[in-house]
Amino acid sequence: MAENNTKVTQAGSDIRMFWAWQSIVARLTGLGKTFYIWFGISAALLAAGLAAGMHAFFVGYGHIYNVTREVPWGILISTYVSFVVTSTGLCLVSSIGHVFGSREFMPIAKRSVYLSILTIMAGFLVMFFETENPVNMVVYNVLSPNFTSNIWWMGTLYGAYLFFMGIEFVCLQLERHKLATYAGFLGVISGIAAHSNLGAVFGMLTARPFWYGPYMPIYFIASAMMSGCAAIILFTWMASKINREPLEGTMLRAVDVTRQVGILMICVIMFFSAWKIIAGLVGGEAEREAFLALITGPYAFNFWAFEVLAGMVAPLVLYVMSRGTNLNMLVWGSISMIFGIFFMRYDLVVVGQIVPAQFEMGVNEYPGLLSYTPSAHEILVVLGGIGMVGTLFLLGEKIFAAHRVEEHAHEHESRPALEPVQQSE
Amino acid sequence: MKINGIEFDENTPEKPDMLSRMERRAFLKLGLAVTGAFAGGTILSLSSIAGRAFASPDAHAKQYPYKPHYSMLIYQNRCIDCERCLEACAKTNHVPKYGYRTAILEREAPKSTGLKREFIPVLCNHCNRPPCVRACPTTATYKNEKNGIVMMESKKCIGCKTCVAACPYNARYFNEERKAVDKCDFCFATRLSKGMKDTACVEACPAKARVFGDLSDPSSEVYRMVHQIEKTVWVIRPETGVAPNVFYTRG
Repeated sequence: MAENNTKVTQAGSDIRMFWAWQSIVARLTGLGKTFYIWFGISAALLAAGLAAGMHAFFVGYGHIYNVTREVPWGILISTYVSFVVTSTGLCLVSSIGHVFGSREFMPIAKRSVYLSILTIMAGFLVMFFETENPVNMVVYNVLSPNFTSNIWWMGTLYGAYLFFMGIEFVCLQLERHKLATYAGFLGVISGIAAHSNLGAVFGMLTARPFWYGPYMPIYFIASAMMSGCAAIILFTWMASKINREPLEGTMLRAVDVTRQVGILMICVIMFFSAWKIIAGLVGGEAEREAFLALITGPYAFNFWAFEVLAGMVAPLVLYVMSRGTNLNMLVWGSISMIFGIFFMRYDLVVVGQIVPAQFEMGVNEYPGLLSYTPSAHEILVVLGGIGMVGTLFLLGEKIFAAHRVEEHAHEHESRPALEPVQQSE
Repeated sequence: MKINGIEFDENTPEKPDMLSRMERRAFLKLGLAVTGAFAGGTILSLSSIAGRAFASPDAHAKQYPYKPHYSMLIYQNRCIDCERCLEACAKTNHVPKYGYRTAILEREAPKSTGLKREFIPVLCNHCNRPPCVRACPTTATYKNEKNGIVMMESKKCIGCKTCVAACPYNARYFNEERKAVDKCDFCFATRLSKGMKDTACVEACPAKARVFGDLSDPSSEVYRMVHQIEKTVWVIRPETGVAPNVFYTRG
């Protein structure tokens, strides 16, 4: 018992020293030039995004963004979807380890939790510059909720999700592993509930045959896990470069099992997508028109080159061929997937609206497909979101020194709870 | 009429495959309407639906007990696209130039015998199962319990535009001046609540193409036309299941 006391108090004083101001500053200074360059680029993107967003906020989004009454949702919505999907995926895949107990996934846990918080915050940032009255959102979501609204459920549940993930991260930092597990579990539940509601935002609109159906909520969850795997592999590799530590041992094994989950999820998504398209092509006029726009029409290049090739086929091939050891293939496969998935979201959001609501009336005003291209302001806000993830990730790697504290996590694996210090005297 | 944001250039009649598909579709639609069916829709007079969908003819009135149950009937063949209704609406309800609460769509069928063109006024259908009301996170849009009008409470609107995406009729738009989504409210705020009997568009129409009335009142023209099965009366996009309250006919 006395031995345990020493270990606990040792860990306690380690943590206090770790968080001393001087210690934090020491971890951020004297780093390599590459780190500062990447940090500078990310910070510049974030600043540009904030500037563009604030400018648009004052001018009025309707006057400066390219969204219209016929196409009210554009690249900002698809980017928001990208970020929250990645966040949920990070939470779900990492939960296989530290919530559901699979040892091999544990090394990637803390970084994934941190990244899931970052990506959802980036999503909220992009959403702030999309909804015209963001302040109203905070006030009236609470005062005047609508329980039939998927948007309300999604917003509320993502708030809860952010809360639980935050608690989990703090617990992981303080090495309160049992509490972290409970918080992580609640994060998974709220994440799945929130994320399937996000899918249902699209899937419950009968006016939009490209989206309508039970498919969207299910597809979003599977797609989240797919993106989560890519994000974990990519960011784990980036962290190894930042910390100048080779990616090997249990961490490499964790990347390998993540890769395997990724392969499975790519296959699931390929299956879903193929049947969604086949079924859509025999649907009503408006539905057919939308799917034709995607596979042979104006969005065909987006679909085949970015969604299929970059987003699904190349990552699948690279992941399989890497056999879990070839880092080059793993990283390029992940980059390709993340790039392709961004276009998957964009096509999903835009193609769902480019067939006008009055398409089947056969009127002169709506003879064919509508069009949408993002404005410069919207693109800058998107880059701002990416910059936010970049800056906070780079800062986090150094401030939280994830790799160092992971060692403590492994030590305490066999004792998941920190028992209260027993005074044996 | 011109609609902002539509790229006509991509779909000029010069593209032969576009034109023949359009023509075929338009002609087919006219033909099917005459024979009483509508591509993607059905004959939708309330009495036929009442017999089919509800236990008794009173069941519809029980489920939608609005008094008055405001609705509109539009005689498509009478509209001449003079656009006085659009002007009256914009003036009465302070609709900005970049938006509209009601519009007139034009359908052409150059190869048809007889009438080759018609104008179709469209507006918010004040649905009985409004997808916008279901989707709004803050109940900023809601269906008035007394008269069935789907209304906006601008102060609660967060501008997420889910209602704009959800509407099958493209009836909504974001009004930058009000900082909220705006749409037709059957002139409730500007006319009906002040004792006037008709909407601005109905009053302005010289051809009596728009008829406004109480769907639950047997003496109203809207009631009479909707509750008969000889002349075809239909709604736009019935397959969405929203049960609209704007009906279309010719006569």
